[in-house]
Amino acid sequence: MPDLVLGLPLADTNFVDATWIMIVKSLVIFIVILSLVPLLLLGERKLLGRFQQRYGPNRVGPYGLGQPLADVGKLLSKQAFRPKGAVPFLYEIAPALTIISAVLTLAILPFGDVQGDVGFYGIDVPIGILYFFAFSSIAFYGLLLGGWASGSKYSFLGAMRSAAQLISYEIAMGLSLLGVVMMAGSLSLVDIVKAQGEVWYVVPQIVGFLIFLVGGFAETNRPPFDLPEADAELVAGYGTEYGGMRFGSFMFAEYMEMLIVSGIASTMFLGGWMGPGPPGLDPVWMLLKMIVLTIFFIWIRATLPRFRYDQLMSFGWKILLPLATLNVLVTAVLVVVT
Amino acid sequence: MLHQYLPVLVFAALGILVGGAFATLNLVLGPKRLKGDESSAAIRQMDPYECGLPSEISKTFRFGVSFYLVAMLFILFDIEVVFLYPVGAILKSTDSVFVLAEVVLFVALLFVALIYVWRKGALDWR
Repeated sequence: MPDLVLGLPLADTNFVDATWIMIVKSLVIFIVILSLVPLLLLGERKLLGRFQQRYGPNRVGPYGLGQPLADVGKLLSKQAFRPKGAVPFLYEIAPALTIISAVLTLAILPFGDVQGDVGFYGIDVPIGILYFFAFSSIAFYGLLLGGWASGSKYSFLGAMRSAAQLISYEIAMGLSLLGVVMMAGSLSLVDIVKAQGEVWYVVPQIVGFLIFLVGGFAETNRPPFDLPEADAELVAGYGTEYGGMRFGSFMFAEYMEMLIVSGIASTMFLGGWMGPGPPGLDPVWMLLKMIVLTIFFIWIRATLPRFRYDQLMSFGWKILLPLATLNVLVTAVLVVVT
Repeated sequence: MLHQYLPVLVFAALGILVGGAFATLNLVLGPKRLKGDESSAAIRQMDPYECGLPSEISKTFRFGVSFYLVAMLFILFDIEVVFLYPVGAILKSTDSVFVLAEVVLFVALLFVALIYVWRKGALDWR
């Protein structure tokens, strides 16, 4: 039953786990996603290889499975380095910030409903989807500080570009999820998945889904929106002056965010953990949907060329934003009328 | 009530652990300095990346005003989105035409603002 505060119904989250269960499940979710990231890195390089009619990495271990480990080993053995013009503390903290923001966002992904004494999610709070926006926005500080504190013009330009790009697409992204929130009548991700029992929101909210996906590509700096790190013009954007595992942090956070955006898209539009089979399979379905969407991200990278910067901005402001606004209006009318 | 936010602290601790480790491990594991410390290579290594001519870079150098414009527009429209979320969440349960009219009016006003900004050319990237 929804709580009534000031006469308004709020998303109810009556179920609270025992403290030790909370800690254990947080650790489990974190470890599962953490071990998915290197696999994803390898998977991307393998798939890109196949898309370009070559093998991809296949030297380290069977099928190149040891490649991510070898990469991490190489990055760890590099010299810790700070360029002359860099701002000392900020330069070091920026990559850590992006990782902290990505890990914190993980908490919101639901992998299943409450079963027995355990809710299969990090947290299920009344603010729900706003938590995702709040914490994924902190990654922006990591990129901006990293680029600014490096004291290099390539880094700085890359950081400014990524800042402008992130905030431009965040609006369209926020509006695209609003349609789902209106239909489900709740901000809690668990409630939103439960509301998709009859039909997944990808069907009535197809426009929102597409806008969210495009926004997701832009938010994670993935091609065709990888303008901030456009290697042909900006060397490596905000990461130009970084080396070793600090550079690795940016990559790591990017892949983790890709998984998170896929997770949010699965939750909001593709029925989250829902799928045939016993409830025990719920987390498997959720992970499967996340991975399929992530492979779609990789596929797009192999297919589309990069945008030009003015095209990118006008696409975000002149097409996605009006479209998302119209989607919200139509959804609002339909929700009240029907 | 706030007890359900406990996992956030766990995730924050894990994030700080991993992020901090990634940011500092090279100090421990990596080589300490370039061979031949006084060589010009060791000094040049500290220069910011540059292609060709030596870099003359300062932290205060200028950037396009377009970025500033985008940031201002972002504040305007992001507040629109944030305001719409609470109303969107209760729209179904209240099921009232009055709330709907409020939403439509609010969005329409900001849509007019968007068209104004568009006509003024603020959305064209320069």
